[in-house]
Amino acid sequence: MAQFNEMYQGTEVRAPYGRLQDWVAAMPQELRSLKQAEAEALFRRIGITFAVYGEGGDPDRLIPFDMFPRVFAAAEWARLEKGIKQRARALNAFLVDVYGRGEIIRAGRIPGRLVYQNEAYEKAVVGFVPPKGVYSHIVGIDIVRTGPDQFYVLEDNCRTPSGVSYMLESREIMMRMFPVLFRENRIEPVDGYSEKLRRTLASVAPKKCKGEPTVVILTPGHFNSAYYEHSLLADLMGVELVEGQDLFVDGEYCYMRTTEGPRRVDVIYRRIDDAYLDPLCFRPDSMLGIPGLMDVYRSGGVTICSAPGAGVADDKAIYTYVPDMVRFYLGEEPILQNVPTWQCGKTEDLAYVLEKLPELVVKEVHGSGGYGMLVGPKSSREEVERFRAKIVEDPGNYIAQPTLALSTVPTFVEEGVAPRHVDLRPYCLVGDRIELVPGGLTRVALKEGSLVVNSSQGGGVKDTWVLAE
Amino acid sequence: MLSRTADNLYWIARYMERADTVARLLEVGSRISLLPSAHGYRSEWDSLLQATGMAAAFAQKYGDPVQRNIESFLFFDRDNPSSVASCITAARENGRIVRTALTSQVWDALNTAFQELKALEREERSRVDLGRLTDWVTRHAAMVRGAIDATLLRDDGFNFLNIGYYLERGDSTARLMDVKYYVLLPRLEFVGSGLDNYQWSTLLRAMGAQRAFHWAYGGEVTAAKIADFLILNPQSPRSLATCSAGLVNHLGRVAKAYGRETEAQAKARALLAEVEGTTVDAIFDEGLHEYLTRYIRDAADLALAINEAYLSGEMR
Amino acid sequence: MRLTVDHMTRYLYDRPVRSVVQSHRLTPSAFAGQKVVDWEVTVSGGLRGATHRDGAGDQVQGWTIAGPVTSVEVRVRGTVETTDLAGVLRGHRETVAPEVYLRDTTPTRADVALETLARSVEAPDVLALAHALSAAVSDAIAYRPGVTHAHTTAAEALALAEGVCQDHAHALIAVARVRNIPARYVSGYLFADADGNAHEAAHAWAELFVPTLGWVGFDPANRSCPDERYIRLGSGFDAQDAAPIRGIARGGAKEEMDVTVAVLAAQQ
Repeated sequence: MAQFNEMYQGTEVRAPYGRLQDWVAAMPQELRSLKQAEAEALFRRIGITFAVYGEGGDPDRLIPFDMFPRVFAAAEWARLEKGIKQRARALNAFLVDVYGRGEIIRAGRIPGRLVYQNEAYEKAVVGFVPPKGVYSHIVGIDIVRTGPDQFYVLEDNCRTPSGVSYMLESREIMMRMFPVLFRENRIEPVDGYSEKLRRTLASVAPKKCKGEPTVVILTPGHFNSAYYEHSLLADLMGVELVEGQDLFVDGEYCYMRTTEGPRRVDVIYRRIDDAYLDPLCFRPDSMLGIPGLMDVYRSGGVTICSAPGAGVADDKAIYTYVPDMVRFYLGEEPILQNVPTWQCGKTEDLAYVLEKLPELVVKEVHGSGGYGMLVGPKSSREEVERFRAKIVEDPGNYIAQPTLALSTVPTFVEEGVAPRHVDLRPYCLVGDRIELVPGGLTRVALKEGSLVVNSSQGGGVKDTWVLAE
Repeated sequence: MLSRTADNLYWIARYMERADTVARLLEVGSRISLLPSAHGYRSEWDSLLQATGMAAAFAQKYGDPVQRNIESFLFFDRDNPSSVASCITAARENGRIVRTALTSQVWDALNTAFQELKALEREERSRVDLGRLTDWVTRHAAMVRGAIDATLLRDDGFNFLNIGYYLERGDSTARLMDVKYYVLLPRLEFVGSGLDNYQWSTLLRAMGAQRAFHWAYGGEVTAAKIADFLILNPQSPRSLATCSAGLVNHLGRVAKAYGRETEAQAKARALLAEVEGTTVDAIFDEGLHEYLTRYIRDAADLALAINEAYLSGEMR
Repeated sequence: MRLTVDHMTRYLYDRPVRSVVQSHRLTPSAFAGQKVVDWEVTVSGGLRGATHRDGAGDQVQGWTIAGPVTSVEVRVRGTVETTDLAGVLRGHRETVAPEVYLRDTTPTRADVALETLARSVEAPDVLALAHALSAAVSDAIAYRPGVTHAHTTAAEALALAEGVCQDHAHALIAVARVRNIPARYVSGYLFADADGNAHEAAHAWAELFVPTLGWVGFDPANRSCPDERYIRLGSGFDAQDAAPIRGIARGGAKEEMDVTVAVLAAQQ
């Protein structure tokens, strides 16, 4: 399988990486080790020890940071940006539609079963249009690359995509350690993210809110693996980081408990799942939630970001239909392609998948974190057979995709510098306007040949550069 | 500020101060145990545990009060919520929760204490002597306190930290004095004896106040001078007068910032008035133990009022 | 028929609670079969909160009660003019797609016995099938109070062959979904007439979706379809989802509940 190396075309260095050639050549082994140790110490010092993508695991674990940046040229990014924004608009239009009249289902473009019987479809918000018609305010879109112009969307994350703190902190650390690189290369800054996020959240304040809205971040608590990210974002935006116990409903509004008495809250950027938001509406045993919150939300007293029910758009079974959404709602051709996907729930697809199993990647429809996943070409015959039995038992629970030749980026390894596979997660903000900071989270599979970039399975992160024109 | 944030800040201070107190207690115990006494070597440790209300928990887990076990119990034991290890872990955890309400210097100080504690726990116990442990705790407590004083914004968070410090410090001064008078010296014939003076000196030394005391009073160490120094003297950094005044000051600043007085301010003023309005003679007339017990109770009552007004988030 | 309702729910706490939050579905549904003459809900010490009509057409009203309190009294009083529509929910405004009600929940999940029961009947069309399923549930589960509880599942009730209206409704929902008929739980009131053949004044039944008619009510506990003796309040996937009152108290006290309901035919 031919793999696209983002830096080298044979012996030629691709333009965006031009100056990095000298940088890496001029770095002796000792300096590199020193810098690597310095980076690690910085990460540990700021306490950014958590798992991205809700992978769980040891809260004090560091995710390996690779100093070799991943670079996009301005033109490459411009096209990606258009594609990402297009997709984020379509996903939101889809959400407004399926909680409203369901036109796309009536038109026969998406089977109603996949939407209406989906676990993530919330009956409680049917008929409700959130402020500005936005359900998913932060859309994280996972993208892989297979060639100079070949980008594929691997999955969409419409609920509460995590990892943005890595984008911000990786950049901070790189700028601190290699200021010269930033003078030599004209790199678009990413530190505007927090201000853009704050503005986005404020722009969807409920109608009943007069004046400057009070925004808070709702965290499940300091035991959560992404707590660092929650507190970083709260700090950068200058908003309170609250737990469920800090909020309460009184009359028509939601308030937080402060040392000066109750203070009204207008926008809640929640980092907890729908099921835990309100024990009166969802799981009655939830200790994390705020009783009565959904009644306040539905009557326009508070905005919840992302909106409850947004998860139905990022389900792996719905994913197949996103290009159709782009055409249906926007009347445009999708700029970003999906990875061809077979639904094991469909009889003809299942037959194909079972036949080609050793060549395919198979995922659980509701799984995450790279668990419950088969990478055919990297698996033993026994592993493939074991997985085959699981698929046959519950075909509807699996989708399959071809094994993509993910692009590689040079990465510091034991022996020096070597190509390793990467993916990309940019964070698109949707409020009264739609914005994307030039950058994102690049995850890298540190094991040679590995295609699994999840941090729980040996993945690391890189700084992601977008060069200015 | 969020009530929970104020609560976390308050407890950072209380736990750090508590760790400091426990370390000083260990030092008192070990010094006194070096001295020949009527009780023999063991019972001094027992007295110490009795005075701090930890005797039952200790006996259940370790049985005999051997010094090494007491060190384990007071320093390393995570089952003991008042052990140095428990306190420092809890202080750091509270700090982690409100990381963004702290400066990086304060967080560094808390986190370094925690990381070094973990290293200490991994060391061979025979290589860790008591003096090193107590020094280590007082040093880190001072570093956290110093970082707070030097770098933190003088906002309500700073006030809640200080409220925690002064409450805990007043409580621990009262308890440390009580150890001496209530337990170490139960028999009247010792009063004024060389042993008595030695014990008082030890107490002063444990509070890091021996030199200050001599500068302030000079001459022989007596119970009356000590009581004056540790209760009434507003120059003494650990005295009940200083702690009560600190509480009045920081609660007053909170009330001013919020434009509202609560029961907590009234109770703090009453606590201070009580200390300012008394004399050494009056204290000894009442009985030192009785006086200290009353102070501890009133301070606990104040803590409850502070919780109700600011930390619980129930105030409307 | 003109029905009057007097429904009182009293929550008692063994020690004072700091606050109580409730969410009510206590307003009669707006559809052709019933018209509210007057209706009032009061909550002791309560502050009326936000209200909205949800996607299923139910009026949802939030309440908060500031503590400390040791009891909360929810009182519903009103008069409704009802018409017999043979169970058909005509003129009810709602936006939830019927297919949503094909999802099962813990109390309505079909086990082997429920599947067997569901497949034991045949009928030429959906309406006839719905009637047959309702009759099958009535036959399989005898009305008997006290053998089941709030958390009994449809499968457990069928195994016991006994239960109350909640169990009948859950079982009918389960078997209907097996036959791919969207089905939901409905809570409301029932007028117990002089013959004494209606069982519970605070009542529950099921609605099945029949493409030609829309939602149609079935009351297997009474072997009938809702008529002018019924007042409909709200619906959901199951009893918990459709509960007329959901509430939570802050302060970890033990809660006891005391309910009295009277549904009478008003003097004309």
